[in-house]
Amino acid sequence: MNLKRKNPNPDPSSPDSDESTQLSSPFPDEVLERVLSLLNSRKDRNSVSLVCKDWYDAERWSRTHVFIGNCYSVSPEILTRRFPNIRSVTLKGKPRFSDFDLVPPKWGACVHSWLLVFATKYHFLEALRLKRMTVSDESLKFLALSFPNFKALSLLSCDGFSTDGLASITTHCKNLTELDIQENDIDDKSGKWLSCFPENFMSLEVLNFANLNSDVNFEALERLVSWCKSLKVLKVNENITLEQLQRLLVLAPHLREVGTGSLLQELTPRQHSELKSAFSNCKNLNILSGFTEVTSIFLPVLYPACTNLTFLNLSYAVLQSDELSNLLIHCPLLQRLWVLDSVEDEGLEAVGSNCPLLEELRVFPASDPHEDEIVHGVTEIGFLAVSYGCKKLHYVLYFCRRMTNAAVTTIVQNCPDFTHFRLCIMNPRQPDYQTGEPMDEAFGAVVKTCTKLRRLAVSGLLTDLTFEYIGKYAKNLETLSVAFAGSSDWGMECVLKGCPKLRKLEIRDCPFGNAALLSSFRKYESMRSLWMSGCKVTMNGCRLLAQEMPRLNVEVIKECGNDDCQADKLYVYRSVAGPRKDAPPFVLTL
Amino acid sequence: MERSVNYGGNDLNLEATELRLGLPGSDEHEKQSYLSVRISNKRASPEVAEESSSLSNSNVSDARNGDQDSAPPAKAQVVGWPPIRSYRRNSFQQKKTEADGAGAGAGAGMYVKVSMDGAPYLRKVDLKVYKSYPMLLKALENLFKLTIGEYSEREGYNGSEFAPTYEDKDGDWMLVGDVPWDMFISTCKRLRIMKGLEARGLGCL
Repeated sequence: MNLKRKNPNPDPSSPDSDESTQLSSPFPDEVLERVLSLLNSRKDRNSVSLVCKDWYDAERWSRTHVFIGNCYSVSPEILTRRFPNIRSVTLKGKPRFSDFDLVPPKWGACVHSWLLVFATKYHFLEALRLKRMTVSDESLKFLALSFPNFKALSLLSCDGFSTDGLASITTHCKNLTELDIQENDIDDKSGKWLSCFPENFMSLEVLNFANLNSDVNFEALERLVSWCKSLKVLKVNENITLEQLQRLLVLAPHLREVGTGSLLQELTPRQHSELKSAFSNCKNLNILSGFTEVTSIFLPVLYPACTNLTFLNLSYAVLQSDELSNLLIHCPLLQRLWVLDSVEDEGLEAVGSNCPLLEELRVFPASDPHEDEIVHGVTEIGFLAVSYGCKKLHYVLYFCRRMTNAAVTTIVQNCPDFTHFRLCIMNPRQPDYQTGEPMDEAFGAVVKTCTKLRRLAVSGLLTDLTFEYIGKYAKNLETLSVAFAGSSDWGMECVLKGCPKLRKLEIRDCPFGNAALLSSFRKYESMRSLWMSGCKVTMNGCRLLAQEMPRLNVEVIKECGNDDCQADKLYVYRSVAGPRKDAPPFVLTL
Repeated sequence: MERSVNYGGNDLNLEATELRLGLPGSDEHEKQSYLSVRISNKRASPEVAEESSSLSNSNVSDARNGDQDSAPPAKAQVVGWPPIRSYRRNSFQQKKTEADGAGAGAGAGMYVKVSMDGAPYLRKVDLKVYKSYPMLLKALENLFKLTIGEYSEREGYNGSEFAPTYEDKDGDWMLVGDVPWDMFISTCKRLRIMKGLEARGLGCL
């Protein structure tokens, strides 16, 4: 049901409408709206809305999906006033460094106030995707009861809710197609929520409960899977055994994405072959994940299913290099691979040899780098090997224990199309281990060679030179993450003055102070946000910024007992909604 | 590029925040230690004090040392570093607890006693260190200066007079190598390297 535009037929006798019909676009509004309704990219839509008032209006009436990168940049009232017909909302809340415990609890980003407004203005809301928001069980219940058409819920890095909240969703949302519970800080009380789906429930297409630890009722799950013929994504949790998984796969061979449960189970030869056959019958299988407690015996079961795999998420599987190697031989079409560094450089050599179509690689640490005395993991050798074999590589997230400038230079020469380059040398301020020099030249090579670079995370021992390079060459850079780097204010100044498309800048533990902060204060209005923690900015510097730029929210998070002059954690963002009304006492808005 | 660092007004105290290359020992240095002292005096509870002061010290002192000291600080615990989501970090803790379950000591590794027939004293090995049977066996060979031989399902350990065995949770003595590695380390309570006739007996079963 679409809300109609007001006054679609202007009165020809009115002098105002004469003017407006003369100035309006050459084809009727209905056509314009129809054409615009085909536009999905939000960048395109934003451009369209800037053309003229008619186009702005046509665009706002035809927009059905809205993405809000910072929930405090706009208010639900302003949002609903501009876009009356929204069906799907994506909301992101806390600053990204909250994922790493740098933001105290109860900071904010509560979804409830949004839901209250949506309940009246977006009665037909269908989808809600939340990242780093605080969600309560009360909010989930309110959501379940207020939106009769609600279909899709996705939660990532959220907190504040329990499995009771999920039960509200499964109980009341009769049209639910998607329940995607990713990594969250959830109070996992029980698996009863799964049993709350009504008996004849048929509409589910996506079910992800891989990150919930409580047992669910397997009969209920089996029934659900057999009834939901459109199920495309099923990611189960660790408590689902291999035998149970096999039964689910037999019921749903059309699955595109499967997340396995625990793989630590002794299989009889018959069970082994049944499981293998169940996997190979999944002809549409493109994505595999899960793999907790994987053993070598299990992996061959997957080989026939790997032929069409495009994304393999082994980031919770402690695999050795030969296990990975044997698996990858069967995955020629792989485009995205996430692994743990337990596979070591040898494992990555196998990646380079077997995955020519690889576009994205993420290598996570397998164990706590602080605690483990044994230095395993990956080095520059593995990364190099991948770059020689995978020419299409454009996204990398690489946690390693050592790196060299020479290696990175070669890597980007092999793969000049990087759009996302996130390198984490795990020991802060570690130099090039061969030359003892800073890692400046490595990142210099990255920004000089990779002209399409949009996201960069730097690490290792870095001087201001790195930031000079970034400011000079990284003309498409949108997101920059910096930690334990730089020598002086000059570094940050270079970035602020040089990167025209910069949207998000997050900095921790760097020697950047007020001079840097204030060097390009107008810049922050063209950015989504700036985060600075453990740096050298002071309260006075922040106050000055707030004074100069009234349309920015300049917030300082005060840790108790620290020096009153230092601004330990600074979060600056543009907003049309003014200062936060829900700030807790430890967040000072200047 | 020009460096325009002119924000008139002394209230900003820009000099205090500017990191200069040079020896510590000027009033900067005093200010730093002054800050640290002030910080620790304001605390209410000692636990909070330790946590926060180590955090702010790592912020302040590390930042200052950044360009003077190129050697990285020795494994200091830094909040939120490396940047891994807490869900993943918690799965480290889980894996550690599972691995530690069978061994002695909390968080200290999975040390089990290893005895060898005829040796005057026992040794201890950390099972967590070895990711597979070949690695463990090689380590045992090094430890006792002997050769254990190749494992085969049919014949146990061929090629030497030694056979590695272990005591499992049920108190039974089992041949090393039959079950998957993960299962082994979760049930192994101690190791014994059998020698001579007994060992060969095992091979003939």
